[in-house]
Amino acid sequence: MINASLTELRTALDARRISSVELADLFLDRIEQLDSQLNSFITVDRDHTRRQAEAADARIAAGTAGPLTGIPLAHKDVFCTEGMLTTCASKMLANFTSPYDAHVVERLKAAGMVTLGKTNMDEFAMGSSSESSFFGVTRNPWNTERIPGGSSGGSAAAVAARLSPVATGSDTGGSIRQPAAMTGVTGIKPTYGTVSRYGMIAYASSFDQAGVFGASAEDCAQILSTMAGFDPRDSTSLERPTDDYLKDIRADKPLNGLRIGLPTEFFGDGLAEDIRVALERALDEYRKLGATTVEVSLPNAQLAVPAYYVLAPAEASSNLSRFDGVRYGHRAAEYTDLDDMYRKTRSEGFGAEVKRRILIGTYVLSHGYYDAYYLQAQKLRRLISEDFTRAFETCDILAGPVTPTTAWKIGEKVDDPVQMYLSDIYTLALNLAGLPGLSLPCGFDTGKLPVGLQLIGNHFDEARLLNVAHRYQQVTDWHQRRPTP
Amino acid sequence: MSRNNWEVVIGLEVHAQLTTASKIFSGASTAFGAEPNRQTSALDIALPGTLPVLNRAAVEHAIRFGLATDAHVAPKSVFARKNYFYPDLPKGYQISQFELPVVQGGTITIRIGEGDKAYEKTVNLTRAHLEEDAGKSLHEDFHEMSGIDLNRAGTPLLEIVSEPEMSSSAEAVAYARALHALVRWIEICDGNMQEGSFRCDANVSVRRPGAPLGTRREIKNLNSFRFLQQAIDYEIQWQIERLEDGHSIQQATVLFDPDKGETRVMRSKEDAHDYRYFPDPDLLPLAITQEWKDQIRQSMPELPEQMKQRFMDEYGLSAYDAATLTASREVALYYQAAVDAAGSDCAKICANWTMGELAARLNKADLEITESPLSASQLAGLAQRIADNTISNNIGKKVFDTLWNGEGTSADAIIDAQGLKQVTDSGAIEAMIDEVLAANQKSVDEFKAGKQKAFNALVGQVMKASRGKANPTQVNEILKRKLGA
Repeated sequence: MINASLTELRTALDARRISSVELADLFLDRIEQLDSQLNSFITVDRDHTRRQAEAADARIAAGTAGPLTGIPLAHKDVFCTEGMLTTCASKMLANFTSPYDAHVVERLKAAGMVTLGKTNMDEFAMGSSSESSFFGVTRNPWNTERIPGGSSGGSAAAVAARLSPVATGSDTGGSIRQPAAMTGVTGIKPTYGTVSRYGMIAYASSFDQAGVFGASAEDCAQILSTMAGFDPRDSTSLERPTDDYLKDIRADKPLNGLRIGLPTEFFGDGLAEDIRVALERALDEYRKLGATTVEVSLPNAQLAVPAYYVLAPAEASSNLSRFDGVRYGHRAAEYTDLDDMYRKTRSEGFGAEVKRRILIGTYVLSHGYYDAYYLQAQKLRRLISEDFTRAFETCDILAGPVTPTTAWKIGEKVDDPVQMYLSDIYTLALNLAGLPGLSLPCGFDTGKLPVGLQLIGNHFDEARLLNVAHRYQQVTDWHQRRPTP
Repeated sequence: MSRNNWEVVIGLEVHAQLTTASKIFSGASTAFGAEPNRQTSALDIALPGTLPVLNRAAVEHAIRFGLATDAHVAPKSVFARKNYFYPDLPKGYQISQFELPVVQGGTITIRIGEGDKAYEKTVNLTRAHLEEDAGKSLHEDFHEMSGIDLNRAGTPLLEIVSEPEMSSSAEAVAYARALHALVRWIEICDGNMQEGSFRCDANVSVRRPGAPLGTRREIKNLNSFRFLQQAIDYEIQWQIERLEDGHSIQQATVLFDPDKGETRVMRSKEDAHDYRYFPDPDLLPLAITQEWKDQIRQSMPELPEQMKQRFMDEYGLSAYDAATLTASREVALYYQAAVDAAGSDCAKICANWTMGELAARLNKADLEITESPLSASQLAGLAQRIADNTISNNIGKKVFDTLWNGEGTSADAIIDAQGLKQVTDSGAIEAMIDEVLAANQKSVDEFKAGKQKAFNALVGQVMKASRGKANPTQVNEILKRKLGA
């Protein structure tokens, strides 16, 4: 049951082979047994979960269940959940309970899903390793000495270790795709504006987008369909006809004639040999499925790292100003005046990486530096977007690596933030362009660590992306491999 | 205007609270006077994950202002974050507009002085932009702490900036009054200065004629016209004295102390904030179409300048009278209603009574024209009876009194009840005159001897005999004839 797909879980629930309560207990027990080794959850509340499961069982009994009723999931602790702590893995919000649910949480709750808990992450979603959490590092289920990736490391690890069948995540610079690659699960970040950011605690507003982790593209498609859609509470939410993300999967759409673009810049130096080999094998599979590959160029791709690390911290420095100890969250115990209160509260409440990014962001927005940094980075953002537009003239989707290396050791890069930033090289560009991206498992390196293949789509092309991933998963079994236990 | 050969340069920034039912970015109410922190939504207290959604009505108010001042209403304008820390600013930034405001340019015509010293001036506006108000800090009653009331946080403001074209406190006050009347006229602001709906900041500097602009100091938060005038006068004097003593002026923000009648420094240039403005990524650029502007233009009331011109053209009123009657919308509407009821041939009489007797009575009783016990249609009835000679102007005052005291329903009813009809029958008047002449031989002789006063005495006697009802013009005429004068 723990390895079942969403479709199989639905069948089992409807056939009364298992109840929602039993299913939730199954996963909760696993979490209790195994999570001490992984630390993928920050908050678990069995009573809260049980109540939701009981409500789901009632709906199933009454015959009013939907496709997701009674199925468990975990939420990245960046999403506000009424009745369960929302900490963003920060001391600043360690005791914070939101009075309202995020849009994503609302939607999945309305569909009858059962929340198992809130997963661990890099503090305020800033990081690529899940090492900066106030609640301790999360470990990769494939090798607990290694990082699971970040910032949605907890959600990725939970799905990889089958502590939850699916989990939500957020992706600002790669925070879904990278941990998905490092833990051997499938993860998708949709087109910017597709999923409402209402209730998703903001890191970088023009980049942040909610997405999902699952054992397969098909499972991701189901969850994403329920999460997506216009929300008037988010002014950047797009009002457009609802997409059916399962459309191509259900239609069994073959990949004949699919043109896969391979950005030259993504296959150059700096890419580990193991990863290159795994990618080549994956592309061969795609050719067997009827796709063709074509070389494309994203000439400004290497500017993605500096552009992102100017713009995202700029927005973050402003978004995190509200954490000042005045109305909620951590406040210093003793202070002499207002300034002292602010200084102590924020010094105590934020970890080092968050402080680093607030400082960078404040700097690049400062009088005298705004033009050279912020404005310039915005121009680069436009150039990078245009690169993608040009690339999509000769292909339907892009493919490439997610990470330059597989999961590195915990502690290995914490003292070298710039090294950490540079590892985002393949994921950042599409956040700058607002494009959808997906990571799916395509092999292992010699150290038995998972390798991910990244698929990048044009705006609103999620249905195709998911189908392209799905087709591969029908002829390979990388996505079914599990770390023991 | 110079004083001791100094030129004064004044610019005004006015923050007008817009009369929308809900706040500019949240649905909370803007009503004044509620219990602290009762009119605050999750967004207004900047809970994590909340997002702004623009209130269209606030934009319409801004458009109305742009149309009323002949300004350029920008087809595209951008919201920007103004970043600084203060407890009454929950997000740690204020959403405002910086490089691209919604209204650019525009003019306001002002009238300064009385009688033959009066003159007109057209003041140019730099811009007007939309922004949100902050909350309130209360420093008393909290035992060395401060209380924060966020009810006001998020109320829509229109910040209206004038060019530095005023050269005296009188001009500044005239501008403030004209702006105050205008925003109330077009119903975008209630102008209640005590409640903080209309707040003036004055930028004041002095220079020798022909010299470049001097350093300015900003006087903040003046909430009455009297304080505005006093503060500016003090500041001008203070700056001139400083400069004449050989000191220089440091740029600073000052507050006016109404008890001492002095301005004092609140913060100096060194403490000045770097607001790190950048476009708010949570909001889309504001697009205003020609259609929207046309729609709003059609729904706007006749503007004071237009009405004034029409009064001059259609009713033959003098510029001064027309200006007086259009100084406030309430007076203008009252007057218009009176003329509509009485007919435009009574327009001048209506004007005289509105600006004269009615204004004096209202002033004495401390009433607004909307609270007048004497309605516009009642005034019209009175005007008609004076116009058609049924009663004289003097008798009109009696009728006015009776109407004011609520002792009669209409001029006609009162004229009937009190028998106040003018006597216009020449025969009857002649008869009265003959009687008076017969009984006042002494006065007749004195008049014939050259004493002009005797004539007036005789007129007086005739009026007395007729109990004031004889038509004065006719009396004069007939008496003159009879006396052979």
